[in-house]
Amino acid sequence: MHTASQILENEFLEVRAKLLEVAATLDRVDRSVAESSPLDAAAQGSRNQIDTAIGILLEEDSGRAERLQRFFSRDYEKDWRSEMEI
Amino acid sequence: MDYIDPHIHMVSRTTDDYATLARMGCVAMSEPAFWAGFDRGSADGFRDYFRQLTEVEPKRAAQFGIQHFTWLCINAKEAENVSLSRDVIAMIPEFIHCENVLGIGEIGLNKNTKNEATVFLEHLDLAMKFEQQILIHTPHLEDKYQGTRMILDMLCDDSRIDRTRVLVDHVEEHTIDEVLNRGFWAGMTLYPITKCTPARAVDMIERVGGERLLANSAGDWGPSKPTAVPDLIFEMRRRGHSESLIRKVVYENPIEFFSQSQNFSFKPRDAGFESAT
Repeated sequence: MHTASQILENEFLEVRAKLLEVAATLDRVDRSVAESSPLDAAAQGSRNQIDTAIGILLEEDSGRAERLQRFFSRDYEKDWRSEMEI
Repeated sequence: MDYIDPHIHMVSRTTDDYATLARMGCVAMSEPAFWAGFDRGSADGFRDYFRQLTEVEPKRAAQFGIQHFTWLCINAKEAENVSLSRDVIAMIPEFIHCENVLGIGEIGLNKNTKNEATVFLEHLDLAMKFEQQILIHTPHLEDKYQGTRMILDMLCDDSRIDRTRVLVDHVEEHTIDEVLNRGFWAGMTLYPITKCTPARAVDMIERVGGERLLANSAGDWGPSKPTAVPDLIFEMRRRGHSESLIRKVVYENPIEFFSQSQNFSFKPRDAGFESAT
């Protein structure tokens, strides 16, 4: 297994590229907002989700991928069977 | 390295893909019944599809030394039509004893609706009646967590089900623990956008180990990559994992799981392989 430093060194350029893709996408959205119209409610919700997701990346403890997945997921209701009458 | 792709939809792939997979080391595959790129209008449409899965694809695969196995069902995406689903479920026994059929699948949920759950439960009944193994499809994106939990609830509420004979597919970081902790097999689907990359799959292997864990390509109508399992092998090697662990995930685990089906007549490459004629 590689050391933490090796892993980061191996992945650094790829992570950098992915971060730039996110930055460029957000810039593209901003440019369009400035040039045409503001985001509608659904799109603004998606935009807010991205901000919150970026916040999750900045958290210190591990398990970020799982927390991101849960953040982007619908809630599970234990009583779904009675709700659906299944 | 020889490997087995335990979940790949070859009806949506070209013959060239079979050739490529063979050259990459694929020696066997299992193809769950799924959506065929469009919603079918009648049970007869599924009858033709099941013939394709049990007669045509094994011959296409055999041309390249690949052994082809399959699973039968009406998929969750088309299960919203309960009447059609019941007609298809009633027809499945016609095909269930075909020599490459491993069980019922891929059944599950798509949008987590009442109709999908109703049809899922009726598929479970069918599987129990014919003592079949089960392969599960879990939903994608925002529906995955909720849908996976609903599916596990239904499976765990049925005391007839042997959890070691059930494979829950398309697990990701937020569903893999629940599936394994409840005693089921778990499948990671390597898919460019909506599921899991090879790198994230290797992360999960590093976190949970290689027990009761499979990896597949899906290779379906979406933007998938049929050679994704070799990509996983390469990523594991790149990170320094042992050949024994890689072989366990991509070869030995599929054999161990599928061997619970009486129709899994897999012949390892060393034992020779007779082409279907």
